[in-house]
Amino acid sequence: MTTLEAPAATQTLTFSKAINQALRDAMAHDDNVLMFGEDVGVLGGVFRVTDGLTKEFGEERCFDTPLAESGIVGFAIGLCYTGFRPVVEMQFDAFAYPAFEQIASHVAKMHNRTNGSVSLPMVIRVPYAGGIGGVEHHCDSSEGYYAHTPGLKVYTPATPEDAYWMLRAAIDDPDPVVFMEPKVAYWNKADVDTSAPGQPVGEAAVRRPGKDVTLITYGPSLAISLKAAAAAAEEGWDVEVIDLRSIVPLDDRTVMESVRHTGRCIVVSEAQEFAGVAGELAARITEQCFHSLAAPVLRVSGLPLPYPAPMLEHTYLPGVDRILDAIERLQWDDEPDLTHHGVQS
Amino acid sequence: MQTTTQDVAVEAFLPSPRPVQLIDPTGAEVTQEGTRRPYAMPTADRLQDVWRHMVLGRRFDLQATALTKQGRLAVYPSSRGQEACQVGVMRSLTTRDWVFPTYRESMALVTRGIDPVEVLTLLRGSAHCGYDPMKHRTAAQCTPLATQLVHAAGTADGLRRRGEDSVALGFIGDGATSEGDFHEALNFAAVFDAPAIFFVQNNKYAISVPLSKQTKAPSLAYKAVGYGMACEQVDGNDPAAVLAVMDAALRHCRGGSGPFLIEAHTYRMDAHTNADDASRYRSGDEVTAWLDRDPIARLEAYLRARGLLNDDQANAVRQEAEALATDLRDRMNVDPQVDPMSLFDNVFSQSTPQVEQARAMVRAELDADQEEGR
Repeated sequence: MTTLEAPAATQTLTFSKAINQALRDAMAHDDNVLMFGEDVGVLGGVFRVTDGLTKEFGEERCFDTPLAESGIVGFAIGLCYTGFRPVVEMQFDAFAYPAFEQIASHVAKMHNRTNGSVSLPMVIRVPYAGGIGGVEHHCDSSEGYYAHTPGLKVYTPATPEDAYWMLRAAIDDPDPVVFMEPKVAYWNKADVDTSAPGQPVGEAAVRRPGKDVTLITYGPSLAISLKAAAAAAEEGWDVEVIDLRSIVPLDDRTVMESVRHTGRCIVVSEAQEFAGVAGELAARITEQCFHSLAAPVLRVSGLPLPYPAPMLEHTYLPGVDRILDAIERLQWDDEPDLTHHGVQS
Repeated sequence: MQTTTQDVAVEAFLPSPRPVQLIDPTGAEVTQEGTRRPYAMPTADRLQDVWRHMVLGRRFDLQATALTKQGRLAVYPSSRGQEACQVGVMRSLTTRDWVFPTYRESMALVTRGIDPVEVLTLLRGSAHCGYDPMKHRTAAQCTPLATQLVHAAGTADGLRRRGEDSVALGFIGDGATSEGDFHEALNFAAVFDAPAIFFVQNNKYAISVPLSKQTKAPSLAYKAVGYGMACEQVDGNDPAAVLAVMDAALRHCRGGSGPFLIEAHTYRMDAHTNADDASRYRSGDEVTAWLDRDPIARLEAYLRARGLLNDDQANAVRQEAEALATDLRDRMNVDPQVDPMSLFDNVFSQSTPQVEQARAMVRAELDADQEEGR
């Protein structure tokens, strides 16, 4: 006699498999959840994120569409009117730009312009950012466009557990969510407990505690930030690393608590620096923590250039050395003199 | 030459070689010849109903234009002259069908039964949409061109999935057929066999640009054929023909044969909006020529010739139209009260700390104003 074992609640999953599992579980849980986009059916997506879903749920639930990003997003809006919860895949970050009109003019604004009558519980999955040797138009960091548009939630998980639980939360959310998946993280592996919800979306995670300087980062830049923090530790600097997890909503509280504690802060982001999310963070920190800062908030970001050809991306991307240089530039020997600002007596 | 199966299939997609017409501009019945499908004259009571709603619709339209001149509306895109399209389409649909209108469909929405004040809220400027889209199965009036057609395709697919015997109809003008979303919407609807009707009001101008500079296609209806979609062209100033072609499109969609495109040949009698000077781009003679094709006068002549409309009936409808206009004018002359705090209510269903911070800031500003007696 064989004994059927209950599936283990904790599984070791890659980031992409965690998203696949989240989709599978959400579709099993709710018949209204539909998954569609380019090549997501039989092929299972170019990154295999939707692998097996068509086989398991049929072509009515996970299906290929014509090659038209605006059509995909607009079609999803229409399905929401009839009670469905669409999840769509934009094959690559820059391929989503043809859909930007639908996203900015309709997805973001529909709830507002209809006085709350129409909800769009849809998820736009965007594999984004670089570090994988992708050719042109395959490595953009487009989160800034979405975060700048009121009405969109912007999630960017960095770990397999967040990939699973944040996607489940995004699908359950009555508001539209742009779900930014760092491609460089797709093959990272970790234990995921699919039986208990992880940390709520909207809360940033302290991935490494420290007391000397805060690195604030998200998505594709978490790994390099942790690496830089480890390297800095060898030189005696105790670096705290904050993973935002969601850009909208933004967890000011965790960020500010950390910066007030350390007095020094660097925002690490792969997106080009000018007018981006990192600049927004720097401004908010300056506004809210000015009296606690011992040095200006610095940014370590992608260069103000179009994402380069694969052989040059190592020069473009923020790396450990650039982060360590920034730590040095934080006027390390000066103790913050907070008494002049009336913060400490 | 032998007719092949493919020939038959292609034939089924094609529109009639000339726009379908059942009543000519003098009000005389037109014998049906050479149309791709058989089109029957609608029943007398439907024609009477459409005539009444066209009269009401034109009076509404004239009143809305007047309200613009009085500063009560920020802008108004008139649909005067397009009554057969606006009214004929809406009187063909049922309340279970979805509608995806543009900013020019105010008359159509009033015909649907939505409160005229709610219809004009967008143009009045007190909110982006004054009615409840879910209650009326009518999406918010769309200002970006053709983007709502993709929504119509998705909704039609959703209706199909739900097993509903309903369609989703999207209105557009001739200019919007040049937009990318027009192509994507038609392609999606066709690929997914979605019960969507795309109703193109070819009113000859996209603001100031004439149709000849918009497209080289001999007819906008032909654009559907490339997507494998059935289509028809109709005299958009002939209310009977609009009803008959809509009936055919609805049978097609409700029968599970996929989407349908209708090109209605009509004319925008007024400028694009009150902000536009139509005399710069079209001649007075051209406008005068279209006055002779007036849809209301045409149907009225047809009905009177058959004893289906007399002076008493016509006067009763015109009085009803005046009452509608008076009521609209009175209600629009009351300044709308807009609560500034409502700004923050519907950015998200589940708000964010950043929106709540902004809400608290404005609340404090308003409280301070109140304390200072401002």
